[in-house]
Amino acid sequence: MANGNAATTEDTVRAILCDLLGLPASQAAAMTEQSELFGALPELDSMAVAGLLTELEDRLGIIIHDEDVDGELFATLGSLIQFAEAKVAA
Amino acid sequence: MTIEAHHLTVHYAERDEQCLCIGNTATTRRILFVPPLFGEMNRVRRTWVQTMRLLAARGVACALPDLPGCNESTAPITDQSLNSWREAITKCADVFGATHIFSVRGGCLIDDGPDIPVMRLAPINGASLLKAMVRARIAGDKEVGLITSSAHLAASVRQAPVQLAGHRINAQLWQDLSDAVPSILRDDSSEVALGDGISALWLRAEPQYDAATAHALANAIDGWSAL
Repeated sequence: MANGNAATTEDTVRAILCDLLGLPASQAAAMTEQSELFGALPELDSMAVAGLLTELEDRLGIIIHDEDVDGELFATLGSLIQFAEAKVAA
Repeated sequence: MTIEAHHLTVHYAERDEQCLCIGNTATTRRILFVPPLFGEMNRVRRTWVQTMRLLAARGVACALPDLPGCNESTAPITDQSLNSWREAITKCADVFGATHIFSVRGGCLIDDGPDIPVMRLAPINGASLLKAMVRARIAGDKEVGLITSSAHLAASVRQAPVQLAGHRINAQLWQDLSDAVPSILRDDSSEVALGDGISALWLRAEPQYDAATAHALANAIDGWSAL
């Protein structure tokens, strides 16, 4: 069951990034957990991050508090997926 | 083929508000586009206008209003509430003679004034829109060394409008957004899903044109409104 949930959460995170960055699905699928996000992608400014957090909440049915959010969260795709999975499991 | 485009003037709250019309308004189908709210409108506008052109080429007239206080409107945004926007949309639907509404995101919060069928795309609660704008403000402040919290902003909006993501939000609009959810869809109305060529352009960092979305939306709106 855990694996099933993890796959779904990861798919959702990738789908949101795909929408946000306007990437073709093939390019989004090629991103690895080590792919850098904040600082590496000019599209990911503070306004985009605000939209991303709200979209994660809506699509995953989670609540993200201001204090949950720090720079490390958006360091890589892996760190963002881990955060989302932990929130879904909580 | 030349597609006729003109501005329709809608008198609302003692001002002339502008509404972009594309296509021959003598047609039997006239679709009013209710735009997303705030910055999301800017990110979809070009693609929406192309959707309108594609529909006009099929003999379906379309209109895209400027909400009071937004885009080319000269009304102060600090005078607005969700109700003033709902009333402006209702007035515009009346002047344009709309037969159907297409509404998107925050537009789905103000699309229920006119007594006509609605097609929605990605409806969103007002609280989610407000939260994203508050987050952008907090993040922006943090970049210049200021510490702001949601609670601080919620308290200060009661004294004076607060600046959120480039928009001055008054206490009424803040409260309206906190409470607003899209109304229940009428039996003759519908929701179009993301995917199958339709992208969530409002999430993009910059306004972008997306031909696939324009074509897919034109097909969806045309097919639905022809029923």
